Amino acid sequence: MRAPEPASAEPIIVMEHVEKWYGTFKALYDINLAVLKGERIVLCGPSGSGKSTLIRCINHLETYEKGEIRVDGVLLGNRTVAIDAVRREVGMVFQQFNLFPHMTILQNCTLAPMRSLGLKKAAAEDRARRLLDRVKVLEQAEKYPAQLSGGQQQRVAIARALCMQPKVMLFDEPTSALDPEMVKEVLDTMIGLAEDGMTMICVTHEMGFARQVADRVIFMAGGAIVEEAPPQEFFTAPSHERTKKFLGEILP
Amino acid sequence: MGQAEFHFLLVGLKWTVILSAAGFAFGGVAGLFVALARTSGFPALERTMAAYIAFFQGTPLLMQLFVVYYGLALIGIRLEAWVSVSIGLTLHASAYLGEIWRGSIEAVPSGQREAAEALSLRYVARMKDVILPQALRISLPATIGFLVQLIKGTSLAAIVGFTELTRAGNIISNQIFEPLTVFGVVGVLYFVICCPLSIIGAQMEKKFAASGR
Ligand SMILES: Nc1ncnc2c1ncn2[C@@H]1O[C@H](COP(=O)(O)OP(=O)(O)O)[C@@H](O)[C@H]1O
Ligand SMILES: [Mg+2]
Repeated sequence: MRAPEPASAEPIIVMEHVEKWYGTFKALYDINLAVLKGERIVLCGPSGSGKSTLIRCINHLETYEKGEIRVDGVLLGNRTVAIDAVRREVGMVFQQFNLFPHMTILQNCTLAPMRSLGLKKAAAEDRARRLLDRVKVLEQAEKYPAQLSGGQQQRVAIARALCMQPKVMLFDEPTSALDPEMVKEVLDTMIGLAEDGMTMICVTHEMGFARQVADRVIFMAGGAIVEEAPPQEFFTAPSHERTKKFLGEILP
Repeated sequence: MGQAEFHFLLVGLKWTVILSAAGFAFGGVAGLFVALARTSGFPALERTMAAYIAFFQGTPLLMQLFVVYYGLALIGIRLEAWVSVSIGLTLHASAYLGEIWRGSIEAVPSGQREAAEALSLRYVARMKDVILPQALRISLPATIGFLVQLIKGTSLAAIVGFTELTRAGNIISNQIFEPLTVFGVVGVLYFVICCPLSIIGAQMEKKFAASGR
């Protein structure tokens, strides 16, 4: 019998030969990606290169036409059961926060655990309060999203996703819609999450964040993965022309 | 016009309110399903519902009431006038409200659906807890506007011999030969019901426009 692999070498997300079209436009070309448990990945690349499309395939917000995606061993097909199972394990944070505007912060955080995980209200609220405290917005729990700053709203969105106790967190440009002075509070929250061992895929152009927490930086262009490397190597010795050009544009 | 005549008008008014309430309530329930079918993502269902809506929006309410009243009688189903009119109004309202609410459901930003899906909320929870409450707010002014139209539309029930407010006015007017007075009073009675609704609708429109949510 084979010896069990060390935990860190176990992939939790596997994408194999994934291809996607929007109508006749091909958005993803032969994507192969294995994300290990606890790994922190930063995904970058020019606008329109397919970063959002790639991570949205992982929780089936987008369908894909070719290839396979497995999340924690579950093959993501078109079966509702598999999609639901995967979505319970994968949290997502959006650029535009997407909080539910007609619900209080606390209700935003308790809805899915009650409806999808079957938690009782009291248990869901306990959990929500704990996580709102962790992202430092507990005192806003009874307010509505519109009463909060952008940075606070995005931290609530992180807490809301964490309330499902996901194994993986996906971030799609979580700081791009924020005023500059609020970027740090959200990045600090994400760094805290990374330090606690969360598996994360972050689409971001915050290269300081990439240097500090990423295990791997992946660069996409034109719907394909062009280059991937640990941050040190990625920033100092990029091997592809397109990567060099991109870094030249976004690094100060 | 004496007290007895006025009382007769009030009975007519009562039926106008009952017809409107029934048409709005049953039509609302059916309209919700029309709107959900219209946004279901199943092309055949969506097209069927589009045709259903087009039929009721493209033909006069009067004709619809006729078809239900005489049509059902032709195939041997004899209903009391008020039941038949209620069915006609329900069908009519379900198409109009279905179309209003389809638009409102589609006006909820797509990020809301995506966030709900990412949280693994299934269709029922996604609609009931996330999308419909927001769509309802968006639709309130148009929904109230339609209710006002429906209340006035019940006057067509007079055609199939049902004594609601307009027909009650007609009867009284023929008895006492004071058409101006009688229809003046009838008009005021409609106005007293419809005007507050219009004002509420306008206020809500202003409120939502101001708060932006
Ligand atoms: N719903 C859609 N329909 C058609 N084309 C789309 C859609 N969403 C994205 N695209 C296209 O797919 C490409 C990749 O988009 P996206 O993944 O959003 O890029 P990124 O997140 O890297 O900016 C872009 O060219 C974009 O125009
Ligand atoms: Mg994007």
